[in-house]
Amino acid sequence: MATRSADVPRSTLGRLERPAITGVLVREIVNFSSYWRAASFSSTVEPTIYLLAFGFGFGSLVSQVAGYDYIEFIGTGIVATAVLFSSAFPAMFGTFVKYQFQRTYDAILAAPVDTEELVTAEALWISLRTSVFGCMPMVVAIFFGLDPSWGMLAVPGIAFVAGYGWANFGIAIAGFAKSIENFNYVVSAVLTPLFLVAGTFFPIDTLPEWAQVLANLNPLYQCVELVRGAVFGWDPWVDFLRLAFLVGFGVLTWRIAIRAMTRKLVV
Amino acid sequence: MSEQPAIRLRGVVKRYGPITAVNGLDLDVPVGTCVGLLGPNGAGKSTTMRLLTAQAIADEGELEVLGFRLPEQSKAARALCGVVPQLDNLDTSLTVEQNLLVFAHLYRIGRHDRRAAIERALNVANLVDRRDTRVDKLSGGMRRRLLIARALVHRPRLVLLDEPTVGLDPQVRQELWALIDLMRAEGTTILMSTHYIEEAQRLADTVLIMSHGSAVAAGPPAQLVARHAGREAVEVYGSPTMLAEAEASARAAGFATRRTGTSISVLGIEDADGRAPEGERRPANLEDVFVLLTGEEID
Repeated sequence: MATRSADVPRSTLGRLERPAITGVLVREIVNFSSYWRAASFSSTVEPTIYLLAFGFGFGSLVSQVAGYDYIEFIGTGIVATAVLFSSAFPAMFGTFVKYQFQRTYDAILAAPVDTEELVTAEALWISLRTSVFGCMPMVVAIFFGLDPSWGMLAVPGIAFVAGYGWANFGIAIAGFAKSIENFNYVVSAVLTPLFLVAGTFFPIDTLPEWAQVLANLNPLYQCVELVRGAVFGWDPWVDFLRLAFLVGFGVLTWRIAIRAMTRKLVV
Repeated sequence: MSEQPAIRLRGVVKRYGPITAVNGLDLDVPVGTCVGLLGPNGAGKSTTMRLLTAQAIADEGELEVLGFRLPEQSKAARALCGVVPQLDNLDTSLTVEQNLLVFAHLYRIGRHDRRAAIERALNVANLVDRRDTRVDKLSGGMRRRLLIARALVHRPRLVLLDEPTVGLDPQVRQELWALIDLMRAEGTTILMSTHYIEEAQRLADTVLIMSHGSAVAAGPPAQLVARHAGREAVEVYGSPTMLAEAEASARAAGFATRRTGTSISVLGIEDADGRAPEGERRPANLEDVFVLLTGEEID
């Protein structure tokens, strides 16, 4: 067989190859055509309900929060909630379903795709979706009195970066979880507190000092502040650090997600 | 034969905690042949299959697939392999054609060849009329054919079939055998695991019988039968006590025996010259060898 392996380089194929990542993305895009209604609905309607409930309920009690009209305050902060709902949650449940019930990852890893490429592509796909879904409640808020601004065009980018970290967070949790019930611990003990003290619904400077310090380590808080920076005016140095923090969060969770899934899928 | 085998395993060991799933396995699959891995459940067949795609990593031993060393060069090997898994992992909310399209991408078929590759796979699996049907609307047999079509979309040199017909009706099984035979006729190298003896006998050029993670015998089916079970067997029927007596006396006379459920089979009676018990004579078969070598009881 003189032609052995002629169509593939003799050496090992490389890491993070574009065809492998594209292949996984194509699978997601084709699948999305069959469930986009449900995904769009849950990712945008739920944060919008928060927006309206707090906006009308709480907004009738206070007119100004931290120097903003309440609709401005929550209409920007709610982006972080939408980011969380469209990245961490689908990543946790989707990943678990795909390896445990549908065995999709068995099929993909039998093709020339490594776990690293699989995780990267899945996180990229989720964060691409998040960059759109994350902005939806802010768009709704415009109809309720949030003034449009050019800076809003940066919000999809912020949602993408934050969504990439949270997508990897969700994939890692799915990789570590023994059963889907274990997700309850993560949702109750990690995601709910982080989502409440992110400065979305009330400013964190009313919290005790230790909580304020801790809030700075909350990627959702940094996301909220970046969105407000984009919409109401940047604070260049501080916002650069916030962005760097989110990028760091994304890189860290990315590596952890790859490790968790490798342990799960290659045994 | 200077040609390098498509698969070459030497002394492969794979442990899961206290369990040794594969225990010093040697395996050669020559190019252009169909090798059947035959063994009871738990013999290590599926683990062996996972080792070949680096979805399991061996603790010891050497593995080579299409000339690539595993696990380091597994990705290059996987690009040239097709895998039909034991458990259906199709995307059920997609159509037949969409499933093939996704795998045409995953197997890196160029943009200009994709259309033709999908058409060819649809044709091979006889699913042309079903191209727009969602997978969850297909029958079990069609889903299996689609799994095979999906594995063939990039014209692999080597196809790994893990229990290709498990749990299917005899009619569907025939259909899949014809499909596998077609692949073989086209020169594709095949490694197939099965615990159906008839499947191995019909399709495999060489059978490797596995038990407790290692090979206990290997060779062409007819040769294995001749070597281990002789030419003829006699089946003795009767009450359980009569069967036990017949078994004891046949063993005392130096014959190998095996239980066949309602009867016992006494093997290798062609030269028995009247020492063989009374019963129904039949040709020895691969099932005799299988039970003889892997034990009467499944543990």
